[in-house]
Amino acid sequence: MIERIREEARKAFEEGKIEILIGFGRGTLRATPIFIEKKEDVDKLIWDDTCWINLATYLRRFRGKKTGIVAKGCDARSVVALIAEKQLKREDVYIIGVPCQGMKNEKGEEFLSCRYCEYPTPPVYDVLVGEKREGKKENYPDVSEFESMPPEKRWEFFSEEAKKCIRCYACREACPMCYCEECFVDSLDPRWLEPGLSLSSLQFWHLVRAYHQAGRCSDCGACERACPMDVKILYLTRKLNKEVRELFGFVTGLDPEALPPLGTYSTEDKEEFIL
Amino acid sequence: MKKVIAFLCNWCSYAGADLAGVSRFQYPPITRTIRVPCSGRVNPLYLFKALYEGADAVWVSGCHPGDCHYQTGNYYARRRFAIFNALMEYVGFEKGRVFFSWISASEGKKFAETVKHIKEEVEKLPPRQKFLREND
Ligand code: SF4
Ligand code: SF4
Ligand code: SF4
Ligand code: FES
Repeated sequence: MIERIREEARKAFEEGKIEILIGFGRGTLRATPIFIEKKEDVDKLIWDDTCWINLATYLRRFRGKKTGIVAKGCDARSVVALIAEKQLKREDVYIIGVPCQGMKNEKGEEFLSCRYCEYPTPPVYDVLVGEKREGKKENYPDVSEFESMPPEKRWEFFSEEAKKCIRCYACREACPMCYCEECFVDSLDPRWLEPGLSLSSLQFWHLVRAYHQAGRCSDCGACERACPMDVKILYLTRKLNKEVRELFGFVTGLDPEALPPLGTYSTEDKEEFIL
Repeated sequence: MKKVIAFLCNWCSYAGADLAGVSRFQYPPITRTIRVPCSGRVNPLYLFKALYEGADAVWVSGCHPGDCHYQTGNYYARRRFAIFNALMEYVGFEKGRVFFSWISASEGKKFAETVKHIKEEVEKLPPRQKFLREND
């Protein structure tokens, strides 16, 4: 796999398809993002089951340049979501797609998002390295399980998790879709949320961050893994992914032409909840 | 007295409230109205914020589907609110504190009845405890 990635990368440089390439290199604890500017350096690229960072997060830095990206399924879906939101031009991005074998933590356990991953193979790519892999069709069993708990238990879980948060915003930094010039938590006028670590302010942050991901999240899991406090946050975005699919029939990151579900509507949308 | 923050669309529900007044339909004084140009102008952040600041309930009311002054604002709003509801319910926030309605400028009666309905629902619940701003 590594050899094929390097070979495609080299070719892309030689053929003038890219000026810069975002890929994974060897880090101390895990694979780390690297930015390659010349073909001599492609041998620094690696691939293993610690390549869990979402590389699409770095793409906007190189806007205007022909940028290559080594992308597993979820990274590629984030690229597509960014294109759909007009943050990138399709022709400026060269996707070296890698059918993903699933990523693992230090203990060798597969991550939640990977365990239930429906799109290990990038749905959109310029070149695919290796054989396509089939996704799983489990439809968020973890979310259904959470939903089956009584509301008080759910609130308790939500509170216990939010309580651990130190508002470092590492989750935001790790996410390709948190690209706002000014995040609502940083806005001083209006001041949506005061600083501090009261439980309700942490819950505010977690609710709105998750809300902002509705219909935009590729379920890569990079946010939760970036958290230094082990706060569970994926159960929130995964819920909204499931919801967006059930309500609007939308799956993020499959089609660069498709409008994000909250940026469009159908006259047939359900409205039992409206008086 | 319960407090309900009501985001009312200028072109329909706000005028509906007016009509309710002119027609002398009685309704309980629980609403604090924020007039908005369209239900599509209501950022979900406003709803989080109003609840966070202590509202007993939040209420968004706009024009009926097909009648939005800007053609489609309420269709966008409908999607946003569906997601808002789903998320709040999922984390276990109590039901009965978030309301959405379509009320036209000619539905003074519906306006008054909706306020009564909201009051009844809110009064079923104990005082707010979850998701309240703490003074630090
Ligand atoms: S919210 Fe988390 S899981 Fe979703 S795209 Fe962003 S980093 Fe990935
Ligand atoms: S949490 Fe929301 S406001 Fe903040 S960066 Fe992410 S999308 Fe933007
Ligand atoms: S990374 Fe973790 S601790 Fe930091 S803001 Fe996000 S949830 Fe909170
Ligand atoms: S103008 Fe009333 S909902 Fe759009």
